[in-house]
Amino acid sequence: MKQEMSKSEAARRGFLHTVAKAAVAGVALLGARPLLGKEKTATAKSFPTAGYDWTKHRWAYGIDATRCIGCLRCVEACKAENGVSLDAHHFRTWVERYVYLEGEDRARVDSHSDPQNIAASGSEKEYRFDNRYKNKKVTKAFFVPKICNHCQHPSCVQVCPTGATYKTKDGAVLIDHDYCIGCQYCVQACPYGARFFNDEQGVTDKCTWCYHRITKGLKPACVEVCPVNARIFGDMNDPDSDISQFIRNNRVQVLKPETGNGPTCFYIGIDKEVV
Amino acid sequence: MEQLFHVAPYTGYVYPNETVIPWTVLIAVYPYMTGLVAGAFTVSSLYHVFGIQKYKHVARFALLTALCFMIFVPAPLLLHLGQPARALNALITPHLSSAFAMFGFFAAFYVCLVALESWFAFRVDNVARAKSSTGVRRLFYRAITLWSDDVSEKALAFDRKWLYVLAVVGIPGAHGLHGYVGFVFGSLKAREWWGSDLMPVIFLFSAVISGVALLIVLYVVVSWIRKVTIDQDCLKGLTQTLWGFLMFGVLLEVVEFANLFYQGEEGIELIKEYVTGPLFVSYFVLQFGIGAALPITILTVMIFRKTSGRAFLVGTLVSAGLALMSVFMMRWNVVIGGQEISKTMKGLLDYHLPFWGREGLLAAICVLIAPLILLWILTRLFPPWEPTNQRASTSVTEALSELPYGTAPKEV
Repeated sequence: MKQEMSKSEAARRGFLHTVAKAAVAGVALLGARPLLGKEKTATAKSFPTAGYDWTKHRWAYGIDATRCIGCLRCVEACKAENGVSLDAHHFRTWVERYVYLEGEDRARVDSHSDPQNIAASGSEKEYRFDNRYKNKKVTKAFFVPKICNHCQHPSCVQVCPTGATYKTKDGAVLIDHDYCIGCQYCVQACPYGARFFNDEQGVTDKCTWCYHRITKGLKPACVEVCPVNARIFGDMNDPDSDISQFIRNNRVQVLKPETGNGPTCFYIGIDKEVV
Repeated sequence: MEQLFHVAPYTGYVYPNETVIPWTVLIAVYPYMTGLVAGAFTVSSLYHVFGIQKYKHVARFALLTALCFMIFVPAPLLLHLGQPARALNALITPHLSSAFAMFGFFAAFYVCLVALESWFAFRVDNVARAKSSTGVRRLFYRAITLWSDDVSEKALAFDRKWLYVLAVVGIPGAHGLHGYVGFVFGSLKAREWWGSDLMPVIFLFSAVISGVALLIVLYVVVSWIRKVTIDQDCLKGLTQTLWGFLMFGVLLEVVEFANLFYQGEEGIELIKEYVTGPLFVSYFVLQFGIGAALPITILTVMIFRKTSGRAFLVGTLVSAGLALMSVFMMRWNVVIGGQEISKTMKGLLDYHLPFWGREGLLAAICVLIAPLILLWILTRLFPPWEPTNQRASTSVTEALSELPYGTAPKEV
């Protein structure tokens, strides 16, 4: 009887040893995985353009709200360039209209995705601001273009459970569409409403500053088409770039600074009402 | 082509991308289920850890309930994911700064823990069943016991030790898992309605409320189906636990709400408009009024008047049912409510729950019913009730009567 007990104990011990070894091997493998991942990203620095070195740039974006005329060519260009679905609910960039009417101390706000504006344009695929204030006394009005702020401390990157969304060395916040699981936690976490769900691909989506263009030395599509230079883009490492001059020559602001996100989209000409 | 997304109507100004609500009813179901798990596990631990004898009757049933709901906790999440096939990415390469990265590990750990605890809790019974049955049935129970039929005093002491250890570890495990779900919401600064330090604590209290309420309902219903008398001491104990936690849970929510209002930060006007407008029925009427104030009143009156018999049974059952509804409404008001308040703090959205579809009402109901079906199957395979079970087959009853009940700690 005693012998039998010890046999079963020995078998149990043997089994536990095997389990323990397997567990140690598993933990070691999991621990090594992030290191392997790091090596991979270091060698893939030329993404998405061959020869591009993301350690040599520090991109930033500027918006001069005093110049914007609300023509919405930027929205159109962005949708075309990036294949964003042509409806009123998915935008990598959009434009807001702020209007103060006489006797009112709060601005009335709308964007081109407002049903009234869509009715005016006749289609969700065309973008227009209607003329709803035609017979009203407007005391102040201005447009505010919006895009992803490519924050220095992005809350979307913080909350992503897989690391599919990440901050590049040159300052952009990107999403790996082949790795995103589509949980939309990042959509919730972004204070600026810059992210949306790409229903066709089952992943989240947002502005990339046209990363495929800027890495080739081109400007983002929205900057390229803006007829009044309300959108400015460039490399902060170059003191003569448009963006460096824009920041140097103006007193710039960022949106929702209290979040601590540290946006790298800088604004001039916005107002207390801007959200 | 059918539109792949549902557009939420809105008033005021909301960011264009906000018009598609990211998290649907399934994400309200998910914390509801983890809460039920934590609550049911708490009841089981009241006996297995704290040795409170009156919960002995439902301790193993509570354990099975926790296990069944926990097994289905990933279901609402997987249904919600845009790329469910990639769900394991979060486990293979967890992004440690994410409040959600560890969920898979915690959940997996906890499922294993509850399964193991159940294994120990039912081992002796399974050995007896293996001995008293034949054929496939015997093979099944033999396999479940891992071909070990040792029920010597030494083996039972070993079982008791592990059952105790697992139940002790399970307490922070279950509550940590659910408090963590509260953190997933409470840590988001982008949403005024969610970003609160009290969120994990509120989630924990409501978890215990919902778990205890679920056990009351299930215990009464199952006893009715089994045609056995209800253990009054056990039911009274559960009722008192529900009563206490309900009062404290409601108090916490009132404190949080008062805090939000008194601080009156930017956007409070919109929140006032929201809670007194679109959220009024689901928040004040269903969650606080009918769901909390009414059961607290019923329970207080019953406990004060020492009501017993059928009136007590009905009162408890109604209160537990209302508390279950209240906690679900709390999850709904947090998850859906938080998204209906625009991040612009200048507009309100209106989420419409579709009936059909992957994230519709039907899917949510199925996800909530699935654990109950599993529970029904498991209670058939592993009856969690005492061996005096009237409906147990004679052979099993005989076999079990020779053994101490389960592997519970010795009575103090």
